[in-house]
Amino acid sequence: MSSTSTRSLPAAFAGLAVGWLAFCVLVWLYGASPRAMAGLLFEGTWGTTYGAGQVLFKATPLLFTGVAVDLALRAGLFNIGAEGQLAVGSLAAGVVGAKLPAGTPLVIAMPLALAAAMAAGAAWALVPAILKGRFGAHEVISTIMMNSIASSMVGLALGAGGLALTGTVRTADVVPGARMPRLDVWVKGLEGSAASFALVFGVLATILTTQSYRRTRFGRELGLVGENPVAMAAEKVDVKARITQALVVSGALAGAASLGTVLGYKGYFEEGLGAGAGFGGLAVAILGRGSAVGLVFAALLFGTLQQGGLAVNAFVPKELMDVLSGVVVCAVALADQRLQRGPSVGAPRSKVAAAA
Amino acid sequence: MSALDVILSGTMLAQTARMTIPYGCAALGGTLSERSGVVNIALEGTLLGSALAAVAAAHATNSALAGVVAGVACGAVFGLVHATLVVRGRIDAIVSGIALNLIAAGGTRFLLRGLYGSSSNSPSIQGFRFADGWGLLARTMLDPFLLTTILVVAVAAWMLRRTRFGLRLRACGEDPSAAQAVGVRVAAMRTAAVTLGGAITGLGGTALAYDLHQFQAGMSGGRGFIALAAVIVSGWRPWPAAAACLAFAALDALQIVLQNQTKLPSQVLAMLPFVATLVALVLVSKRRSGDMRAPAGLGKHPG
Repeated sequence: MSSTSTRSLPAAFAGLAVGWLAFCVLVWLYGASPRAMAGLLFEGTWGTTYGAGQVLFKATPLLFTGVAVDLALRAGLFNIGAEGQLAVGSLAAGVVGAKLPAGTPLVIAMPLALAAAMAAGAAWALVPAILKGRFGAHEVISTIMMNSIASSMVGLALGAGGLALTGTVRTADVVPGARMPRLDVWVKGLEGSAASFALVFGVLATILTTQSYRRTRFGRELGLVGENPVAMAAEKVDVKARITQALVVSGALAGAASLGTVLGYKGYFEEGLGAGAGFGGLAVAILGRGSAVGLVFAALLFGTLQQGGLAVNAFVPKELMDVLSGVVVCAVALADQRLQRGPSVGAPRSKVAAAA
Repeated sequence: MSALDVILSGTMLAQTARMTIPYGCAALGGTLSERSGVVNIALEGTLLGSALAAVAAAHATNSALAGVVAGVACGAVFGLVHATLVVRGRIDAIVSGIALNLIAAGGTRFLLRGLYGSSSNSPSIQGFRFADGWGLLARTMLDPFLLTTILVVAVAAWMLRRTRFGLRLRACGEDPSAAQAVGVRVAAMRTAAVTLGGAITGLGGTALAYDLHQFQAGMSGGRGFIALAAVIVSGWRPWPAAAACLAFAALDALQIVLQNQTKLPSQVLAMLPFVATLVALVLVSKRRSGDMRAPAGLGKHPG
């Protein structure tokens, strides 16, 4: 499982099969009928156009955070901080979107709100990036700490910082120009669902990012740094700079996930909006690894699980789906390892530590 | 009472001692796991899962001891699963840790609704009764969890340094290929180390739940991650790790004790332990020589 290879198809199917089995066993243990719950799950997701729209809506932020984590993984880094980067990015999108003059046209307001979100996400990722580049502090621990700090910081900014409307934990509404149009403008059947054009941008960002792995010098260097930092340092590539840049770009992409939540769904930011999407992105990246098709497919899978959880929640707790996500991640990683017994990711990672 | 009086009070000391237990157990679990060469970010999920297991067993049997057994056993299972996935299945330890944390976070909420019909907390349990009527400080210092934790740290430190098992465990962490070449069964040693570490972390999860006399969703609150940072800060050694945990626990206690004492927003205090962890990580990453470095074979498989 080298970091340039993508998941094999049989591994993906093995993961799905194990996930399906776990679903049946857990539902049965809970005392519900797997057949009935599977029926509900299908009806609530792909069975209706509304359900399908909701899956697309849930998949949108996962796609952004998924490609964010994937880019960092390319350079051999685990960005577990997408959760915090998305939180501060969402706050920035909500605040900037609301401060703009009411009549700002879409072509100005939307890029500004998006830029604010990406800048905030990048800034949040810059801290672990500097700690890694300058001090060699492990990014897994530092990004996790930054997640906890982000959740306190966002609460602080909303409350004591006065960014929230009085007596609430939400910002003011963003101006109409900063609102991402819903997809039902195009597809009439999606009426009522919160799927927005943010999905289109998510797919574009995924394609651009994964294409850049092969087609740009920066992308190729990222992958090579992840593979063998010592050799790259010998080739006069600035390994520390590439590692820092990878985390910062990853943070910006995670911040952009607020397109689907703040700008495409609520139209304002409130505490906890988009929570979980950062961790979901980890699962998406682990499954989709390096391929646009894989990332989109993984985002849709976990989006389906999330929406499906809501569909069965009256009978079986929706948290069942978090358990399934974990099981699927393990199963896919395990199957992948069985199918191509290459060097483990552990090998290039430890070399990163040695070179940085 | 001024804020300073509160900080220097017996309550603060007692709080610190009690908060050290989950940190200390998780850090010791992490130390054992990482000294054998297996990165373990699943400590967070292990604390959470074992806390629920302990409460569920104590609630069902009405026996505090049964709860401890269940908590420790659940921790061991987490360790065993992590070790099996990483050592035998050879999947990345971070991936396995992420997945186990996800399963623990979702699974505990799933079980909470299944067992008690609540999405936030379990019914309350009695926990241990001891030293009733004594002062708070005496009660804290005689806490069976605290005494056990100190004992376990002492035994583990001795075991790592002085016993054949400890030597082999460290050999697996330093150079798995060489260890294998001289006949150490690396996979078995690592599985044993991570499972034992999980059991000790499970003791910490049990203490966490018994301290509040119930299980609350998400009650581990990042302590497993901070404990892992304590392992790194301490240079992968049991006693210094316990000392680092004491420092982090003091910040945790400060937050609880100061909550009603200052006009500071609660979030400022809440982020203290995490900011301190980052600062500590930066400070120690400067010195990376001698005893204080990471096991050289961390994350490597025998060739």
